Amino acid sequence: MLEILQPDGSLAGEAPFSVDETKRLYAAMVSARTYDTKGTALQKQGRLATYASFEGQEAAQVGGVSALRADDWVVATYRDAAAMWMQGYPWANLFLGRTGDERGGSPPEGVNVLPPSITVGAHMIHAVGLAWGENHLGRDRVAMTFFGDGATSEGDFHEAMNFAGVFHTPVVFLCQNNQYAISTPRHRQTASETIAQKADAYGMPGLQVDGNDLFAVGAAAAEAVTRARAGGGPTLIEAVTFRVGPHTTADDPGRYRDESEEVEWRQRDPIDRVRRYLEAAGEWTAEWNAQLEAAASAEIEVAIGQAEALEPLGPGEIFDAMFETKTPQLDRQRGILMGGPDE
Amino acid sequence: MSDLNMAQAMTAALDHVLAIDPAAVLLGEDVGLSGGVFRVTDGLQAKHGVERVIDTPVAESGIVGAAFGMAVAGLHPVAEIQFLGFAYPAFDQVVSHVSRIRNRSQHRFTAPLVIRIPYGAGIGAAEHHSESTEALFAHTPGLKVVIPSTPADAAGLLITAVADPDPVVFLEPIRSYRRVRGEVAEPPTSVPFGEAAVRRPGTDLTLISYGAMMPDVLDAADQLAAEGVEAEVIDLRTLVPLDLETVLESVSGTGRVVIVQEGHRTCGFAAELAASIQEHALYSLEAPVARVTGWDTVVPLRRAEHQYVPSVARIMAAAQAAMAGV
Repeated sequence: MLEILQPDGSLAGEAPFSVDETKRLYAAMVSARTYDTKGTALQKQGRLATYASFEGQEAAQVGGVSALRADDWVVATYRDAAAMWMQGYPWANLFLGRTGDERGGSPPEGVNVLPPSITVGAHMIHAVGLAWGENHLGRDRVAMTFFGDGATSEGDFHEAMNFAGVFHTPVVFLCQNNQYAISTPRHRQTASETIAQKADAYGMPGLQVDGNDLFAVGAAAAEAVTRARAGGGPTLIEAVTFRVGPHTTADDPGRYRDESEEVEWRQRDPIDRVRRYLEAAGEWTAEWNAQLEAAASAEIEVAIGQAEALEPLGPGEIFDAMFETKTPQLDRQRGILMGGPDE
Repeated sequence: MSDLNMAQAMTAALDHVLAIDPAAVLLGEDVGLSGGVFRVTDGLQAKHGVERVIDTPVAESGIVGAAFGMAVAGLHPVAEIQFLGFAYPAFDQVVSHVSRIRNRSQHRFTAPLVIRIPYGAGIGAAEHHSESTEALFAHTPGLKVVIPSTPADAAGLLITAVADPDPVVFLEPIRSYRRVRGEVAEPPTSVPFGEAAVRRPGTDLTLISYGAMMPDVLDAADQLAAEGVEAEVIDLRTLVPLDLETVLESVSGTGRVVIVQEGHRTCGFAAELAASIQEHALYSLEAPVARVTGWDTVVPLRRAEHQYVPSVARIMAAAQAAMAGV
C-alpha cells in the first residue's frame, strides 16, 4: 500500500505537491468537511432529504481530482460531493439536489461532471463511454469514476473494467474502499485480498493507496491520469479509507459496527495529518485555519441560500425535461395536471 | 430506388448515416467482422473502419452503458443487442440512466443514442429469441420506441433515430428482415417519428398494428375485402411518440377497431391503445374495442410457437365479431 504522509504528519516518501499546492488542497478539504457537517445538520433540521456523509474520505476525493484537468470528466456517486465540487460542480447544485430538486443535476456549461449516480455500480461504464467518446472525438480528456467497495460486487463493475481494458480507454477507476456498504463489511463483498488486485484480471495496473493520505492518493492519481492521457489506458486505484459517519442520515452504524473502529479511524483523519505536516513546516496557524473555516462556511451558507431560494418546479414543469420536445402524450398529461379536461 | 429486403434497407441506412454523420458509431456483439447475427451491419466495418463499427465483448449492460457515455460525450452511438431476450441485462442501464439523464440534469446532459434490437417470433430459434416485450420500453418514461414494418420505414426511421436528440429503442421484426421487400430510395429518405401510416384506406373497420404483425394484418384486410368489409389499416410505426390523432380519426369514421400485437396481452401496448380509444372516441364506437394478441405465456418454442403468434385467422375472427357488434 502506497503511504507517503503519515498520520503524525511526517513523510515516508516524496511529497507530490508543493507547499502552496498542499495549502490549496488542505483548504479544499476544509471546505469539503464544512459542507459535509452542514449537510448532516440541515438534514436533521428537515431542510434536506437524506444526506450521505463522506467524513473521513476527503483526501481520497480531493486527492483524486487534484490530478485532473478542468475539462476532464468526473462520474461519481451520492457520497462524492467533494470530488464533484473539486471538478467545478457548485455547492449550490449539490445542496439543491439534496433538497430533492432535479435542477441540482444541472451544473454550469463546461463543468464535465455528471449528476451523482444513486444506483450502485451502473455509472462506472459511463465513465468508460465518456472517455472512449472523447478519444473518438479527438480530445484528450480523461474520465475519473468514483465508487465504493460495495460497487465492486456489482456485475457492472466487471463490465466497466473489462471494456476499459479491452478498448484501452483513458479512465481512472478510483475505488474508495471505506470498509462498509451500509452494514456489510468489506470482507463480505469480496474474497480477494485487495480490491486493487482485481485490476490484474483486466489487463490494467492496480494500486492500493492509503486513502486518508492526500499525498498518496494525489501521487497515484497523477500517475494514472498522466498515463491515461498519454494513451496508456486505464488504472484502478484502491484508496483504503473509512466512512466515519453513517451510510446516510437514515442509518445507525451502532447496529453493525463497534464504535472503537470509528474512534481508531478518527486518529487517521485525512485533514489532521496535512495540518500536522503544514504545521511542522511552519505553514499552518490556528488563525489561518479559522479564516479558512469562516470563508468556507460563508461560501456554503450562500450556496444553501441559493438552493433554498429557488421555488420548486412550477406547475407542469415536471414534464419539461423528459425529451427535447414534449410528445403529444406528455402535452396531454400536462394539460390534465394543470386542471384541464382529459381529452 | 432499389428493391431491398428490410435487412438490406437497414444496412443502406446505417451506411448512409456513417457517411454523413462523423459522430455516428456502431457497436455491439459481432457487428463488425461478421456483420451482425442478421447481417444488418454487413460490410460496414470494412468500409468505415474498426473505430466506427466496433465489435464488443459479450456484455449487454456494458454495450448500452458505454454507448450512453459516448452519447453524453457527443457521439451518436447505434448499439446493437442481438435479440430482445438478451436485452434484459441492459435494462437497468436503459431504465435507470439512458432514459433519465435529460431529466436528471434538466437538459444539461443528453444521451442521443439508438439501441437496435431484433424482436419477435418466427424463426424457430431457442428460448429468449422470440420476445415481443416492446411494452416494457413504451412504459419507461424518456424513451422513444420505434417499430418499422417496411424496408423504406426501417431505413427512414433509423436515419431519424440517429439524428434524434433523445434515446431511441429501435425494434426490428426478425421475421420481416428477409421476408418483407420494398422500394427504398438511394440514399434512404428519413421518416418522421409520431406519424402513423395508413397502409390501406377503408370505411368499415380500423385495424391497428405495427412491426412484425403488419404483413398478416394486411393479409387479413385483403380477405375481409373479399367478404365485402373494407378495413382501414394503420401502421403505428412509433409507439412513442404515438400518433393517436390518426387512430382516432379512423375510428371515428369506422366505429369498429381491432388492435393486433404480438406481445403478451396483459399491459401490452394494445391495452393502452384500447384505453385511449375509449377515452377519446367512445361515442363513435359501434362495437367493443377488440385485441388480438400473444398470450400471457412464455413464447412457446418452435413446435408450438404457432399457438402464440396471432394468426390471420384470429385477426379475421376478431374483425368479423367487431362487424357483428360483439
